[in-house]
Parts: sequence; structure tokens; C-alpha cells
Amino acid sequence: MTMADRAPALLDAEESRRQARARAERIARWALPLVMLLGTLWLWDRIVAWNEIPHYILPGPGRVWDSLTGDWAMLWEAALLTGKITLMALALAVAGGAGLAILFNQSKLLELSLYPYAVILQVTPVVSIAPLIFIYVESKTAGMLLCAWIVAFFPVLSSTTLGLNSVDHNLRDLFRIYGATRWQKLWLLQLPSALPYFLGGLKIAGGLSLIGAVVAELVAGTGGVGAGLAARIQEAGYRLNIARMFAALSMIAAMGVVIFAALSLLAHLLLRKWHDSAIKRET
Amino acid sequence: MTQPPIFDRAPVMTLQGINKTFAGGVTALDGLTMSVNAGDFISLLGPSGCGKSTALRIMAGLTQPTAGRMEWHGGQQAGDLGVVFQEATLMPWATVADNVWLPFRLRGQTYNAVKDEVLEVLRLVGLEKFQTAYPRELSGGMRMRVSIARAMVTRPRLILMDEPFAALDEITRFKLNNDLLALKDRIGCTVVFVTHSVFESVFLSDRIVVMAARPGRVVRELSVDAPYPRDEEFRTSADYAAHCRAASDALHTAMEAAA
Repeated sequence: MTMADRAPALLDAEESRRQARARAERIARWALPLVMLLGTLWLWDRIVAWNEIPHYILPGPGRVWDSLTGDWAMLWEAALLTGKITLMALALAVAGGAGLAILFNQSKLLELSLYPYAVILQVTPVVSIAPLIFIYVESKTAGMLLCAWIVAFFPVLSSTTLGLNSVDHNLRDLFRIYGATRWQKLWLLQLPSALPYFLGGLKIAGGLSLIGAVVAELVAGTGGVGAGLAARIQEAGYRLNIARMFAALSMIAAMGVVIFAALSLLAHLLLRKWHDSAIKRET
Repeated sequence: MTQPPIFDRAPVMTLQGINKTFAGGVTALDGLTMSVNAGDFISLLGPSGCGKSTALRIMAGLTQPTAGRMEWHGGQQAGDLGVVFQEATLMPWATVADNVWLPFRLRGQTYNAVKDEVLEVLRLVGLEKFQTAYPRELSGGMRMRVSIARAMVTRPRLILMDEPFAALDEITRFKLNNDLLALKDRIGCTVVFVTHSVFESVFLSDRIVVMAARPGRVVRELSVDAPYPRDEEFRTSADYAAHCRAASDALHTAMEAAA
């Protein structure tokens, strides 16, 4: 229930000022970024017009919009491909990252043997591994998935590992006193404790799997599986079709935002009942 | 529930010459010998560092003694032991009812099979209306009640409590002290209660084990013979004050001996 729901009859001047401030902030939250965007677009348009910049160097926002709508069928198809790779890589990153975290947590031996390699895989820039991957992996799709997976799985692994180890000590003792089995401890205690950490890692992995998919497309080129958004950007660049480059770029950005928003929503739904991060305090 | 006098109770657990030395060479407990008898309300009273929490962890089976013997009379069955920690130690992702269900759940019992027990114990601690609430939504005192309900739900023979009310305000603490005695009376369990509050120990217990630090050891045992049920009247009686003075003196002697 918000303050506005209650009868405002008895509010004193200070309280109504406070409410007005809160209302103004609510509006500013979405209005200010919108004004900012419109202002930037207008300035962009003016700079192009005033300086008579040719469209093959910097197209105005109008041309980008025309390209976006004009090439929509092609761009949409490309977006679907990039999106498919991204989401599949994210799913694999979740399975691989969380799965490895659980395995490492259950077996110290496995953790000691494999963890350093997970770190090496993470710190080596994917751009430098990708060309090798495409030499040895026959399937383009599999190669692209592997690239995206390599960048995306580590945040899930490391944050889930942290979460599994962050169990409240007293709760751990309590489970011991009640004779919990290893699986009960994992399922009823460690996994719920790790959930907020896992979801934090997931948000990062969502963005990274998009980056991985884009890098993979740039390295793999367009042969075989059709062209994704990144491949379209590259191709449009060769043709000096700068407007289409911007159009495809904006779609990639939009895709990233959608992924982030969806994962934030997921985290909120899973945690809203009990975790401090998701609970709004009434002040 | 009436119970036999202190000298005539069957032993639940005996501790024989328990020593505990930590890896750093610190002796936390030196020669703890004690018998916990059915129906006892024992307070382990002492300054910090006297090993009272270590003693409790050994009784709970969480720590192995370096030397000495600990024995459950009649063996320890599942559900014989309940524990309440200094914090409520609830699972924040589970509702009140699910938290109280935990001891049964870990023994493989479904919620429906033990629903009556869970609701009954929640009613006893006055939280039956909050069974679907999450710990986050409760006050500190209410969370501690859930924790006590969880410790009592299996009707254990022995409940160990490690300064459970230390973090609560005084009004809540008095209220919970009263309620704890009422609950103990209802389910007839045995309690070992760690505290550093003289007043709390006298109000609650019939046996007070006074401990001293460096090394942690028992220096005296006092008995509080005031009959249960005890209430606010007892809390303000001359008898209570006299017992508090005796316990306080014993504690000071213990601390001077250690210093």
C-alpha cells in the first residue's frame, strides 16, 4: 500500500511536501532519461545537418530509423539468430556454471583439479580463443555456442560457489544436529542460500553471453548458418551502409536491455518474499 | 506437570571429566563433570570465555571433547535433542510453518504427516496466525519464538539453549522467560540454558552451574528451590533477590579466582 492510498485529510504541510517530492521523483525516474534521449537525438540530427556530414560518414537519426524500418525483415531475422545463440549459450552457462559449482562444492578433489582451468578460461580474452575454436569445431552453431559459453559461465560458477559456501553457520550446525544427509543439506540449505548469489551471477552472464555471441559471429563470419546482427554490422560496414550499422547496433543494445530486464524480473520474483535485496521498505 | 524433586530424577545425560583444548592450546573446558536429569532446568552461568558455549556444543554433538565421556542414557534417538541458538537461525526463504517442520522433514516426514504437531507447537508459542509469514516479517522476539517452537516440535528429551534472549530487549526477554517456563511445563522437557545473566538464571532454573574462565571449569552448583510455576510475583520476591545475591556472589568469587 502506498501513502497515496490513504485518506490525505489529516496530512500536515510537511507531509504533503514530502509526498509531492516523492511524486516528482517517480515521474522524473522515467521522464528524465526520455528527455535526455530526445535531446541527444535532436542534437545528433542538428550536428549532421549543420555540418552537412555525408551519410556514409555519419547518418542522422532519421536515416537510421529508415534503415531500421526498411531493412526490418532482414534485421529481425538476424536478431532472431543472435538471440537464439545468446539464449542457448546462457542456458548452457547456467547449467555448466551452476553444475560445476555444485560439483566443486561436493568434491574438494574435483575443485582443486579443475578450478584453476576455469579461471584460465575466464581470463583469456574470448576474441583470441575464438579463431582456434572455429578451426577445430566443425559446426558453426556449436562453435558460436562454445565461444559465448566460455565468456558467460564463469560469473555463474564463481557467484554460485560463493553462495554455496555462504551458509549461515548456525543453520549448518542445526542441520548436523538433525542428522541431515548430504543431499538434504544441499537441497534444503545450500541451494536456497546460494540463490541470491546465483541470480546476481546470472544477470552478469546474460550480458556476457550476448557479448560472446557477437564476438563469435564476427570471427565466424556468415557462412553456413545465415547472418546474425554482428555479422550484419560487419557486412554493412564493408558497404559503407553506416545507417544500417547503427540500426543493427541499436537492436543489439535493445536485446541486451531486454535480457537484463527479464533476468532482473526473474530475480525479483524469486526473492521478493524473503531476501533483503528485493524487499521494499516503507519509510 | 509436577516433577520429582531434584535429587530424585532419572539422568538423561552425563558428562564425565570433559576436557576441551583447542588447536591453539587454549583450554576451553577443564574436567567438566555433570549429570543432566529429566525435568531439570539447568543454567550454565559464567563470564565470557568460561567454556559454557563449548560445553553446550559438546552436549549437542557438534564438538568432540579432547578427553572425557559424554553419554545419553537410553541412547540418543532421533528427535531427542532440540537446540536454540543466540540468533533465531531460521531459514529466511521458508515460512514459519516450514521452519518448524524442518526437524521432521530432515527425518523424511511429509508436512501433512506432522501438520498437527507443527500447528500445535505454533499455538503454544502464540504464533498460529503467522504460519505462512516469512521470518523477515516478524519481530526479533517472534523469530525467537519460532526458533523455540522448532526446538520443541519433536518433543525432545533435552533442549539446549545458547543465550537465546541475549539480543532481545528487556521487556521481550521477561515475557519470553515467562513463556519458556510455561512451555517447559507443558511439554515436560529438560533444559540446559547458557546465560551470563544472574537474574535470568535464577528466574528460570532449579539448578545453576557457575563456571569460571581460564581454564573453563565448574566452580559451584547452586539450587533454586522456589517452586514452579514462577511468575512476576516471584520476580519481585525477597526469595528471588536472595537467590540472585547468592548466584552473584558465586559468580564474583569465580571471576576473582580466574583473574
